[in-house]
Amino acid sequence: MSKGLAESRTELAMSELVAEPRPKPAVPMKPLGIGSNLLGYIGIDTIIEQMRKKTMKTGFDFNIMVVGQSGLGKSTLINTLFKSQVSRKSASWNREEKIPKTVEIKAIGHVIEEGGVKMKLTVIDTPGFGDQINNENCWEPIEKYINEQYEKFLKEEVNIARKKRIPDTRVHCCLYFISPTGHSLRPLDLEFMKHLSKVVNIVPIIAKADTMTLEEKMEFKQRVRKELEVNGIEFYPQKEFDEDLEDKTENDKIRQESMPFAVVGSDKEYQVNGKRVLGRKTPWGIIEVENLTHCEFALLRDFVIRTHLQDLKEVTHNIHYETYRARRLNDNGGLPPVSAGTAGSQGTRDACDSPRPPVLVHLDMCPAAPVAPGVCGRA
Amino acid sequence: MNLRILWLASTCPQILFLQWLSRPCSGGMSRGWQMEQGELGVGTELPSETAGYVGFANLPNQVHRKSVKKGFEFTLMVVGESGLGKSTLINSLFLTDLYPERYIPGAAEKIERTVEIEASTVEIEERGVKLRLTVVDTPGYGDAINSQDCFKTIIYYIDNQFERYLHDESGLNRRHIVDNRVHCCFYFISPFGHGLKPLDVEFMRALHSKVNIVPVIAKADTLTLKERERLKHRILDEISEHGIRIYHLPDADSDEDEEFKEQTRDLKASIPFAVIGSNQLIEVKGKKIRGRLYPWGVVEVENPEHNDFLKLRTMLVTHMQDLQEVTQDLHYENFRSERLKRSGGPDGEEVVDKDRILQQKEAELRRMQEMIAQMQAQMRMKPGDE
Repeated sequence: MSKGLAESRTELAMSELVAEPRPKPAVPMKPLGIGSNLLGYIGIDTIIEQMRKKTMKTGFDFNIMVVGQSGLGKSTLINTLFKSQVSRKSASWNREEKIPKTVEIKAIGHVIEEGGVKMKLTVIDTPGFGDQINNENCWEPIEKYINEQYEKFLKEEVNIARKKRIPDTRVHCCLYFISPTGHSLRPLDLEFMKHLSKVVNIVPIIAKADTMTLEEKMEFKQRVRKELEVNGIEFYPQKEFDEDLEDKTENDKIRQESMPFAVVGSDKEYQVNGKRVLGRKTPWGIIEVENLTHCEFALLRDFVIRTHLQDLKEVTHNIHYETYRARRLNDNGGLPPVSAGTAGSQGTRDACDSPRPPVLVHLDMCPAAPVAPGVCGRA
Repeated sequence: MNLRILWLASTCPQILFLQWLSRPCSGGMSRGWQMEQGELGVGTELPSETAGYVGFANLPNQVHRKSVKKGFEFTLMVVGESGLGKSTLINSLFLTDLYPERYIPGAAEKIERTVEIEASTVEIEERGVKLRLTVVDTPGYGDAINSQDCFKTIIYYIDNQFERYLHDESGLNRRHIVDNRVHCCFYFISPFGHGLKPLDVEFMRALHSKVNIVPVIAKADTLTLKERERLKHRILDEISEHGIRIYHLPDADSDEDEEFKEQTRDLKASIPFAVIGSNQLIEVKGKKIRGRLYPWGVVEVENPEHNDFLKLRTMLVTHMQDLQEVTQDLHYENFRSERLKRSGGPDGEEVVDKDRILQQKEAELRRMQEMIAQMQAQMRMKPGDE
């Protein structure tokens, strides 16, 4: 657990515009010289430990969406990523794989635990995407779903009696599976990413990468990167949201060299050199999923889970959700949409719906942040 | 030996003759001739004194020589989404480079593109036998977001070739008819799906009555052996479920040798073929072979345990004649009868014409009668007036 909770940290950020404290092990803080000179060890840095304890108690949620044509290994990859049977295929015993006629959205939640930390993982699958003969606007159901989650959150937020911890069903990360043709992106890929990179964090992945040799992989990745750049598609980590130089260099390296990750997924184990590894066995060799010379699965896993998990959630909350919220409030004439409690709970654009007195006062009093789970109340 | 028989089949419809020829041509010839006489239904009886060798067993050789001199023509169409390795496979199959300067468009360009038809012809020669191979490529197929119209162009092209052949055949100078009809269509199925996609089903349903469809699973090195079997079964199930008629290899004749029969059985059991293409030479155990080099091993193109490339090549080569035959006898005839029915064949035309002529004459008569009646009426009125 390297980073603390989104909620509590944004709370702090609201009150003082300082850079987020980088998590370090609890050692006595050296006198910094910003503001006042500290004459001794106070113990401010133990807040990290406190946050860690709180997180472990409450756990946190992570919602990941997988999008791509059928057969690209989405469910297998999710199972491999979280080393458990969490995909939609494992949930139903009936493994019949008929292509649905329209794009469906299937969300399956699991609670997984590691090292005392509980994570409520929701995998949102989109069977039927890109499989029809006519795929026009097949991204619309997906965009609708994502906006619906923002709407749900917004409604909870503007409620007078808010829940202590608003359940977060917003999509934090969207893994987009690119078919490994070896040539270039498909028109559908471009259209999808153009429309959705503005509402959700998209992490493009090259699926079934065991179909390409090393040179083909390099070439294909370069082409894809170039195409994304030429078409103005900002995938996660977005350049504009790099907070400081450290972030920027780290993310630049990932953006320009590793992404899109070329992955291979598998939930079967084989014996290789005395070790049991996840892989695929073919007559010409065993492809090891976690071997960096074979594929980049380990890089993807580290990226999404070990280093950028919290950041994904933060960008979703601070940027994508805020954009949605601002748009909704603007449409509503600066008023928050009517909450679920009162009548006319559509949250439509009727400005006369809400019988609230001075609008400005209300907005000031209501900071755009969910209630923290008891760490610090409202400022 | 087998090839010669097949050539003869196209020129001589008597199958029994064929069976007779396949017997080993040895001194026992005369005996064979006398024994088969009844079967052949030849009226005359050969006097036993002239028992012996007539000599038309030499016919196959003559046909062979003529055909070799003339050379063979074969048109192969490849259809499939871009990036499935079609061009690589064609280059590997025929050991040439059919697409020397290839430009691969980016996704933004593909949005605007429609399906095109590109035909490239290459003359290959092997041991004195010339083959004029035309490969018809269909770039743009399946690329667009809305692929509803993508096989219209292809259907139009195939019909166009049939139309041209029909026109040539009905023409005056029939000596040099160029046969550009599509003899075989390799349909590339993506190995990434769980079976056939809706587009695959629609395409095959639209074209199975116009061309021989041979489904091929592309980029088979993505699949483990179990996955490959599962996919093949899925595809065959879906093909029969939708009533698609793919090209069926003819069973080996009962008098072929066991090896050939075994080979045919093997081929039939492996449809659809799961293939890999490559023209890169890689050194494996001291030998240079064609394959793909991965960090985890080398996939050999011509290794039957790795993929079905050899089987596909064998099928194509040994059944080239059969493919042409089926195109001529089944698909072309279908097209021809449809076409002639539509425009009215020679008989139909006459009947229709006669009717039409009758009707026209009757209409004329009626008009004449009306005119006469009018004139009469006028004449009656005039004297009345005066």
